[in-house]
Amino acid sequence: MPVWIAMVLTFAVSYFFRDRLGLYGRLFDTFTGSIGFALVVFWLFTAIFADQIITFDPIDQLAGMRKKIPGTLVPDTLTAYLFGGDLLGRDIFSRMVMGSRTVLSIAPAATIFAFMTGITLGLPAGFYGKKLDTILSFIANLVLAFPVILLFYLLVTPAVRSTGIPVIVAAVLFLFPIIFFVVLFQSRYYVQPRKRNVYVGLTLILGFWAYSGLAFNQDPLQLLGLKPVFYMDSNLLNIFVSVVFVNSPTVFRIVRGLTMDIKTRDYVAAAQTRGEGAWFIMLWEILPNARGPLIVDFCLRIGYTTILLGTLGFFGLGVSPESPDWGMTINEGRKLLAYFPHMAIPPALALLSLVLGLNLLGDGLREQSLKD
Amino acid sequence: MWQFICRRLGLMFLTALSLTFIVFFLTNLQPNLEKLAKTEGNQRMSDTQVESWLDDRGYNQPLLLRYGEWLGIVPGYVRTDEEGKTRGRCIRHGIKDTPSYCGLLQGSFGYSTTFDEPVGGVVSTRLGLTGILMFWVMIVMVPMALIIGILAGIREGSKTDRTLSTVAIGLTATPEYISGVILSVIFASTIVFGERLLLPSSQTAMENITFSNFTLPVMTMVLYGMGYIARMTRASMAEVMTAQYIRTARLKGVSFANIVVKHALRNALIAPFTVIMLQFPWLLTGVVIVETLFNYKGFGWLLVKAADTNDIELLLSCSVVAVVVVLVTQLISDIGYVFLNPRIRVNS
Repeated sequence: MPVWIAMVLTFAVSYFFRDRLGLYGRLFDTFTGSIGFALVVFWLFTAIFADQIITFDPIDQLAGMRKKIPGTLVPDTLTAYLFGGDLLGRDIFSRMVMGSRTVLSIAPAATIFAFMTGITLGLPAGFYGKKLDTILSFIANLVLAFPVILLFYLLVTPAVRSTGIPVIVAAVLFLFPIIFFVVLFQSRYYVQPRKRNVYVGLTLILGFWAYSGLAFNQDPLQLLGLKPVFYMDSNLLNIFVSVVFVNSPTVFRIVRGLTMDIKTRDYVAAAQTRGEGAWFIMLWEILPNARGPLIVDFCLRIGYTTILLGTLGFFGLGVSPESPDWGMTINEGRKLLAYFPHMAIPPALALLSLVLGLNLLGDGLREQSLKD
Repeated sequence: MWQFICRRLGLMFLTALSLTFIVFFLTNLQPNLEKLAKTEGNQRMSDTQVESWLDDRGYNQPLLLRYGEWLGIVPGYVRTDEEGKTRGRCIRHGIKDTPSYCGLLQGSFGYSTTFDEPVGGVVSTRLGLTGILMFWVMIVMVPMALIIGILAGIREGSKTDRTLSTVAIGLTATPEYISGVILSVIFASTIVFGERLLLPSSQTAMENITFSNFTLPVMTMVLYGMGYIARMTRASMAEVMTAQYIRTARLKGVSFANIVVKHALRNALIAPFTVIMLQFPWLLTGVVIVETLFNYKGFGWLLVKAADTNDIELLLSCSVVAVVVVLVTQLISDIGYVFLNPRIRVNS
């Protein structure tokens, strides 16, 4: 219920002010774009209000509800298992709702990290070219030549986790967002040292705080005996890192291509004549002009990452056996598909609609941004 | 041109070498080796037993040395344990004189610990089965995708275009494990003339392919792949249809069907060709999912099996195959692009 209210509000407000909202506002002009946006927003609010929506605890097992068909009433209560019960007697509806939280907390974050990495490496590769480009492109192609599924099987196993390789990869990958923001502010404000010091300092403090918590699981607050703010389970970290690792080479290629294209424009030449620094040109001249394709790709990539997470869950490499991960629920349900189709269908449709929404949204954005 | 191909081949070789080394490194991590020892030997081995098991089988040599052995540029190990039993990389049952080198260069892919058979044989049988699957997928997918894409691209923005594009987007949003599940629910439970319309398992398809046991896996793979190709075809068709020479042809009074078939099609098919070629690596991932889902014991199934049991040499061979497929299709798409599009010149 809160989802519908929030959605109606979002739509009313967005629609009312659509003229002033630029690209986002023009999205509502297209039918597919609005549908896509609605689907995405629906799942977003579902994830936010998941605690209010669920009718039962998603990991609570009721012995009497095993394999029950949708709509079966729970004994001693007046509420029903809306989508039935699964093999262990858990409420499929609640698990599906909670699953949206898992997906929507990992997929966009992983995509953002992949974009930071891809942008930080792709800009100089496209801008400078030559040796740097050759080396970075070779590495990117190396990762791309790997069949995704094989890479996951090699990276996301408990055995690999104990060797600490994910932590090392995380240590490298998570450094890129920090580098990105430091360079971003440094190149912009180095003429105003006071402003620069504030921004760069803040980035460094926040960045390394999160960095130590996420990559090494050693949030400074934890060392002081407090509850850590940034924390990631080692299994989750492993999956997160693998997903970022798989996605960033593609982003790198896109950014590199865009940079090489935009580099030849007149305004870049003008900026160079003005004596602007290389990084300023890359981050404040080229990057904003490359935003259109990047935003579109961002939407599509979140969808792709969602599919990827589902694939992982499908092969039993998901977040944790108890968690209501969609891919995993589908995998559990498919074994009994012939007899109890209601177990696998709800998470399958949920994943489908979310990815469809993201794709439609991306397509709508592409269409609108091309009109410029 | 030849220089270009040679350079690409060299780069390909380097990539394959680096990739196999990475796989080698990852499969040979200490915990993985211990897992292998325990599955192959005894679940309740003590740490020292594991250590000696690994030592006897040459797993404790330096990584680079063993990689060299696998490649066949370093002689295989020979070791005699306390009981006087001699083991060596190249020593197998039934072979009298053992060569000192046995690696990739000698044409030996190694020995699978799971199947207890030479890897080469295992991989080629499974690959054959997957080849059949891929063949049917391509046969169905490519024409359908092209037709949808062309029909949508002929008149950009028309009703047909809108409908078909939305369908294509919907298809790309449905990964195999979802469409597979939904399709099995719909078709496998449909009873026609007292029999199931389609079987939810393709286990029998390995010996005898019939419509009922093979349609579902093919359909599942086709649906996901088709959307992407159709979208690319549509984009390229739409672009061609706005070109100057199409307008000229229309002004000359050439019939619309003629324009589409004779003038537009050839130019519109350049981009989809690349996309179709680059779909092969994706098919590899799809194959793993579909084969697991429908229990068809092909290459994808083998990959899962090898990864589960940490069968190092099998996994390595699988990744070599996968990497070669990816790189060769990339090369073909590059070369084919040049042939199809005379405007592009290869400069080396």
